[in-house]
Amino acid sequence: MSRDTGSRDAADRLKAMLDRAPYARFLGLRLELAGDEMTAILPYSEHLIGNVSLPALHGGVIGAFMELTALAQLSIAKFPTGQGLARQPRPIDVTVEYLRSGRPVDTYARAQIKRLGRRVANVQVEAWQEARARPIAALHGHFHVTPAAGGEAG
Amino acid sequence: MAAPDTPPLSPAPSGIDSSPQGRALGLTTLSWERNKATLMAPYRAELVGDLDTGVIAGGVVTTLLDHACGQAVFAALGEATSIATLDLRIDYMRAAEPGQDVRATAHCYKLTRRIAFVRATAYDRDIDDPVATAQAAFMLGTRGRPSEADAGQPDAEGGQ
Repeated sequence: MSRDTGSRDAADRLKAMLDRAPYARFLGLRLELAGDEMTAILPYSEHLIGNVSLPALHGGVIGAFMELTALAQLSIAKFPTGQGLARQPRPIDVTVEYLRSGRPVDTYARAQIKRLGRRVANVQVEAWQEARARPIAALHGHFHVTPAAGGEAG
Repeated sequence: MAAPDTPPLSPAPSGIDSSPQGRALGLTTLSWERNKATLMAPYRAELVGDLDTGVIAGGVVTTLLDHACGQAVFAALGEATSIATLDLRIDYMRAAEPGQDVRATAHCYKLTRRIAFVRATAYDRDIDDPVATAQAAFMLGTRGRPSEADAGQPDAEGGQ
């Protein structure tokens, strides 16, 4: 069929990733696709608060949310050959920069894969709340990746 | 563990953390002394990152490390004041063992008037075989917002 198999495949991969990750459910993570653009959503919930007096989201939660955003973006990545990734990538290192405190509202994030090598991927993520132009945090990370064996349809 | 010549600060936080996220994860302070803190994140099935491996999620380790670093700053300051994480760098050495609790020991090795520098190690059985290490910088005496901590610092949006 000549349907949009690419984005169906991506949606299936994201769903599979969430189904495999109890911790993503613990956070309340949602992943939305608009064409080839993925947005991760962390709906506000009281259990995400780290500082009650501000109040502010826990900095670790914001870091974890951006890490999951990077992993989700990688899970739908394709090598130029059309191959996908063989299994869930593993983080090597991440650097999180905190720009503004996370207010008790929904948080969004998008990831950009700066380079997808055959062993290592470089990913950058930005998280925001009310305004995309006022990010609350950014993440740069390196991840181990493994190309799927053989060329997948794509 | 606390050296014999290091009296615990008073009041030392102990037991399960009181922040909502700390409670949700079950973060527990194991020790708190001078400029160090050791915390534990107990293993729970709902905190697993990938059912295929059964290993506690990297994000839990991230939150544990961030939290332990903050506690080490409070230990160094002698009080729980208002601090803001500027940055947090984490290196992941290996996956935690399936079913294992994860601990983190953080050391605030330098305090300036405005900034605290912290290193931390996360491990399951042996601190010499770490799961991850972290390096963090915190701004002191803020209301949690780096952009508001320094009144002279223009906001990124600027223009007014």
